[in-house]
Formats: sequence, structure tokens, C-alpha cells
Amino acid sequence: MLITQMKDKETILSLVDNKKVFIINCQGCMEVHFPEEEAKAFQKELAEGGNVTGVITTDYICNPDNMKLRLKKYEKAIADAEVILVFSCGVGVQTISDYLEDKAVFAACDTIPMPGFQGVTPLQVDCGQCGECYLNLTGGICPITACSKSLLNGQCGGTKNGNCEVDPDMECGWERIYRRLAMVGRLDVLNCPVQIRDYSTDKETAKKPETEGN
Amino acid sequence: MRITELFDKGEFVISAEVGPPKGTNIDHLVEEAKTYLTDVTAVNVTDNQSSVMRLGSLATCKVLKDNGMNPIFQMTCRDRNRMALESDLLSAAMFGIDNVLCLTGDHTKLGDHPGAKPVFDLDSVSLLHAIKCLEEGHDIAGNELVGEPPKFAKGAVVSPCSDSVDVQLAKMERKVAAGAEYFQTQAVYEPEKFIEFMEKAKQFGVPVQLGIVIPKSVGMCRYMNANVAGISIPESMFDELKADKEKTKAGITGVEISARIIRECKPYCQGVHIMAMGWESKVPDILKLAGIV
Ligand code: SF4
Ligand code: SF4
Repeated sequence: MLITQMKDKETILSLVDNKKVFIINCQGCMEVHFPEEEAKAFQKELAEGGNVTGVITTDYICNPDNMKLRLKKYEKAIADAEVILVFSCGVGVQTISDYLEDKAVFAACDTIPMPGFQGVTPLQVDCGQCGECYLNLTGGICPITACSKSLLNGQCGGTKNGNCEVDPDMECGWERIYRRLAMVGRLDVLNCPVQIRDYSTDKETAKKPETEGN
Repeated sequence: MRITELFDKGEFVISAEVGPPKGTNIDHLVEEAKTYLTDVTAVNVTDNQSSVMRLGSLATCKVLKDNGMNPIFQMTCRDRNRMALESDLLSAAMFGIDNVLCLTGDHTKLGDHPGAKPVFDLDSVSLLHAIKCLEEGHDIAGNELVGEPPKFAKGAVVSPCSDSVDVQLAKMERKVAAGAEYFQTQAVYEPEKFIEFMEKAKQFGVPVQLGIVIPKSVGMCRYMNANVAGISIPESMFDELKADKEKTKAGITGVEISARIIRECKPYCQGVHIMAMGWESKVPDILKLAGIV
């Protein structure tokens, strides 16, 4: 689960720099929370300046075939624009900039993972795609995303009043894990061998072995 | 000298903590340690304490050792990945520094480099495991070391007065299983809670040093109650600190309280660890008043 959060207006305006702009909104994806209202209001303001050549609101621009098909109708508006402003997660922006390689493609949003934002976003759980799921050792609560330090072997010393040292409004993930294990009578799994992350299977590193040595 | 040898002999082990400065001059630190920590068998050196960047723990340990003291190298997992941690352990062993205290470490967001990357590649448990691997002659990835493997006294920490004490005990058990040979505790202000904790912890069969942070002032205690994990200071102690302002300012109240806590807890633990935080000069008085030197 990801959240896209609009960059502040000044930043976006300085990227557009009064040039002709085509806007792409990616919405409807269940994996990413999108700041719809805020984006709409900002784009309206921008359009009043008369420099917007077109706006498309679509979904799954991260799928190149789908995205190309959707953009077809807007060929002229895209050709007229000097800047493409994309309101989507980082994957969407990257797919667009790959496709429109001769345009200045800018991300209007920051993509952030969800932990610490429970209640703000539609879902309460998250997976960090760590590549070797620990849920069976942690009562079904993900230690990677529920603990601010992604600890695998238990609670750190920073818990205060059951909450996390990093975010006092967030319940400590290991407090939750311990409670759940106690509830289901599985505290004995805490006696499992020492757990050590294998970053060679992590989503960050798994796909780019060629960076070794750089 | 490994402090586990002292525990094995049944000694009540006294240690104290020093924090390296944010700079390169440690003459003052060394002088204070030499003057006031003479009755202390080992001196912990903190590792970028509270996530504030400072002079390194290992380098400071080396200087203390060169000055005839017995350092305990504190290592957190916040700033180094497993390769850097293992490498620093080998460096420590080469310097003859053979006491290590393993901590997960505070998060980077709490310190003076909030934008720094928090590492936490290992945690306190897997760091203990890494040390055990080195002692067995191979690194954590299973690659063999060349020559004589190092040998450390492997320490860890625990919070006996945490409001999550059962979760802390579970973690303590995991640390023991991973190789922890002694524990130092977070500051204790409630002897009853500590004693209760020790009743449960003694099943693990590892020595525990009672942690002491000298209560310097009402303000400091209020701050700790509000912000420091695993610490709760009872109201009666505030009354004590407020009763005679001059005495508290002179540090006498803090010394008395610390000595009293040590006396009350001593029968239940195997040593004491004093975190003086700038009040190193009070350490001899505390030890004397507690009747342990
Ligand atoms: S443990 Fe790993 S795979 Fe399992 S939910 Fe958490 S991040 Fe995802
Ligand atoms: S307080 Fe809990 S959630 Fe926060 S870092 Fe420590 S163990 Fe993880």
C-alpha cells in the first residue's frame, strides 16, 4: 500500500515554469491512495492560467500497453505541451517518462509507504515486499512495516506506554505482535532461531544485481 | 579483561558509562574517568548516544584502554550494516577490547541527523549472534576467519521497569539464546518493580547489573518520565528532590537516592552500572554511600 501525496504548489509551479503543460492523473488503483480533491483544485487553478493543453484521468498507467492506448486520443495535446505533469505513484511517472522520452516529464506527487498513517488511508495493513515473509513467526502482523525499525527479533527498548519511540501516535508493532501471539497461545514461536533479513531477496536489491561494484 | 570472568568469580561488578564528545578532544573525558572511576571495574563507552553524532565508541575505548582502564564497547545497529559491525568487532579484538554491549539503538529520527538513513540491518539479537559466529571462527555469512577467532564478553540491555515488561522479558530470553552473557538495565527508580522483574529474569541464569541514572533535578526527572522509554520516577522521589533545593543542586539528594536504590536492589542482582551523564564526580560518593566499595 502506497500513498501519493502532492508536492507543494510552489514546487510544482516551478517545475511547470509557465510552460505549456499536459496533465496525467492516475486513479482507481487499489494499491495506491491518491489525493484526488487536492489535485483537482490545483489543476483547476493551473488551467485558469491558460497553459494546460489537456488533462487525462485514467488508471494503471504503470501498464505500458494500457497507458499508450489511453494516451492515443491525446496525441495532439501532448505534442503541444512542453511539460508533462504526472499525478501518480513513482512507478507511473517512470513508465510515462520512459514512453514520452522527448518530453520533460515531472512527478507532481511524492510516493510514500503507508506505515504510521493508519486511519488516514483505506487499509490498515501493509507489505514491504521483503521477499521472505515473516508473518508466520509474528502472529500475522508484518514486522517489516508495523515496526519503525523493521525488527525481526522482538521489541526494542524504545517503547513508551505501548507506543513507538519514533511515532508516539503509533502503537509499537512488537507490542501488537506479542499481544496477538499471546492471544492465540503461540508465544513459543518467539523461541525460533535468530532471524536475519536476506536483502538479496528484498524488493530494493533483488532486481538489480548489475549495480554490484558501482 | 572480559567482565564475564568477574561474574563467574561471583564478584559484584561495578561499571560506569562515559559519552564521547562531539569533537576530537577527549582529554577531559580521560581525566574525569581517571579521577572518578577508579573503583569501577569497567567503563562503557556509548555509541552515538541518543542518535547524536559524536566521536566514535571504538576509538574512545582504545584511548581508555591505553590509559589503563577496562572499556566496554557499546555497539548499536543504527549506523552500520552487518559487514561494518563485524569489521569493527575484529578491530576491537585486535586492540584487545573484549567487552561488548549490544543494542539495537535509538532511531535516527530522534537525534541530530533526523534525515540520516536508519540502518538496522541487524538488531541487538542478531548482533549477539554475529559475535558468536566470529567467536566460532566464521562470519555471519559463514565465511571462515583467518587465524585465532576473537573472544568477547557479550552484553545486552533490558528495561525492567518498562510498561511492556513481558515483551521485554521475551526479548531478553531471545538475547540469552543468541549468546548474551550479562545484562545492564535501563535506569531503575522503583526497586519493587526491579525485584519483581529479577524474580522472573533469574530463570535465564545470566548476571544482571542494575542501571542507575543519577536524578539531578526535578526538571530532568519530569523530562525522563515524559520522554525516556522504560523509565518511571515515582512522585515520592519528586518530593525528595524538592524538599531541599540547595542540597539537590549540590547533587547530594541524587547521590542519596542512587545509593539507596543500589542498597535495596543489591541482594537481587550481580552488579551495578552507573550512567552519570556528566556527573562522573559523584560516582565515588554513590558507591561509598551504597556500601559497595
Ligand atoms: S514479512 Fe515481508 S512479505 Fe510478509 S507482509 Fe511483511 S514485508 Fe510482506
Ligand atoms: S518501539 Fe516498537 S515499533 Fe517502534 S521501533 Fe521499537 S519495537 Fe519497533
